[in-house]
Amino acid sequence: MQEVELQDILTAREDGDYIINIGPQHPSTHGVLRFVVSLKGETLEYVIPHCGYIHRGIEKMCERLTYPQIIHLTDRMDYLSAHMNNEAVSLAVEKGLGIEVPDRVKYIRTILSELQRLASHQLWWAAFGMDLGGLTCFFYGLRDREKILDIFEESFGSRLLHSYICPGGLMNDIHPNFQKRTKDFITYFRKKLPEYDELLTGNIIFEQRTKNIGILSKEEAVGYGLTGPSGRGSGFACDIRKRFPYSAYDKVNFKEILYNEGDTWARYKVRMDEMWESMRIIEQLIDNIPEGDFTAKMKPIIRLPEGEYHQRVETARGELGVYIISTGEKNPYRMHFRTPNFSNLFVMNRLAAGFKIADLIAISGSLDLVIPDIDR
Amino acid sequence: MNSVAQYFSDIFKAIRSLWKGLMVTGYYFVHPKQIVTQQYPENRKTLEMFDRFKGEVILVHDTDNTHKCNGCGICQLNCPNGSIEIITDSAVNEDGKSERIIDKHIYHLSMCTFCGLCVKSCPSNALAFSQEFEHAVFDRQKLTKVLNQPGSKIKKEPKVPKPAPAPAPTPVTEEVPNPAN
Repeated sequence: MQEVELQDILTAREDGDYIINIGPQHPSTHGVLRFVVSLKGETLEYVIPHCGYIHRGIEKMCERLTYPQIIHLTDRMDYLSAHMNNEAVSLAVEKGLGIEVPDRVKYIRTILSELQRLASHQLWWAAFGMDLGGLTCFFYGLRDREKILDIFEESFGSRLLHSYICPGGLMNDIHPNFQKRTKDFITYFRKKLPEYDELLTGNIIFEQRTKNIGILSKEEAVGYGLTGPSGRGSGFACDIRKRFPYSAYDKVNFKEILYNEGDTWARYKVRMDEMWESMRIIEQLIDNIPEGDFTAKMKPIIRLPEGEYHQRVETARGELGVYIISTGEKNPYRMHFRTPNFSNLFVMNRLAAGFKIADLIAISGSLDLVIPDIDR
Repeated sequence: MNSVAQYFSDIFKAIRSLWKGLMVTGYYFVHPKQIVTQQYPENRKTLEMFDRFKGEVILVHDTDNTHKCNGCGICQLNCPNGSIEIITDSAVNEDGKSERIIDKHIYHLSMCTFCGLCVKSCPSNALAFSQEFEHAVFDRQKLTKVLNQPGSKIKKEPKVPKPAPAPAPTPVTEEVPNPAN
């Protein structure tokens, strides 16, 4: 019996066929994600993502918490777009209660979402450059992200997990320095963003590692449910901000970035261009924040009327859907999150099969995966 | 012939693209003043956190060792992780009536996620965040803290309209402004 098994392994080796693990503790999977990879020589035959290493049961935990308490758990799903996650739950609860938040809240929420998107894309750019061998990118990306984190820290007291947007409005009003600091940052970053292009975008090594790697057509992107910048790199117009505007997105003028190539390079370019658009959105809103309350009138204990509520927002990685079933209690009967990374992850096999093993890192980096969001 | 020209132009373009990136890093090499890195453990004495920084939850005490917590337990109810535990006691006040006071306001820092719901929901503005962020300890037990200082009493205040205005400026309260403002 033992001989047969050994024989099998030997034949497999003769063919040059390997099955190996990448992860769960691999720096370029950006967390505890494990890829089981079948190799023929250096060519990928199939890639199976295994998730669940950081499953915390957030959906189940939500069922025993009240709605304001749920907010702090959603921070910990996609920690790089914490504001958007908070906003999604808040909007769903407000939809259920049928209340309208003041304009001031809407404006601030939109500005915060865009600042968060900038910070997220900066970190993605930093890590993507590092994955492909450009360690310098990491320091430059983090240098500029630090400025945004300082703005956050001054206004809400935390840098990563804010729990700032809550059902009915905001936890507290923005800091008096907020507007000035944000404007300073935009003028600063408008000068620094071209540096990103000089460092990485035109680089010949980077171009050859990303162009025509991991190609996905528009139809397949729709079929796989690929959303966010990754989907828009395949020409799938899926920007929730544009298609189903929420908060103050119907008041601003911005462009939905679309590239039709569908390769790693296109996904890279979408995010780079989105940073410019995010800055445009902030500039349109930052001087026009209306005066008023930072929260709507809310009861101390929020009870959603019986029914089902759904709300979707555009996070830095794609469409986040929040689905609440309420039985009229102060905590939800069932809470479900349709997270963007979970859908984006399972396109890996389709993208990577047929390419070389080094391209796997480029492809998974271009999808911008955040593992706690997959497992939640 | 054409392909040879293409070959050399490709090499030239490649070197140019690499040079472009090197120019950026070279610029910062000769402009060290633009580097923003902070030397953390060395600058500990001068390091100042922002006023609203959520370091850890504290019970604000005045200079005469009084606080505003009456032990209503709303922070305990609002905490999503059970990191606040309040043990109440009863005492006889000046009018001869028995009154609820706190015996221990226990705070488990190890369970806290710094969501800020306790500070926001406190009806008497007794809680606040401090700017302390160096929480590393060798013994886990040290992360469980009793927030009310020994011998402290509830502050006797004339009836104030809600929300209570900030107390008279003392060194303690100046350091810890209420994040809810």
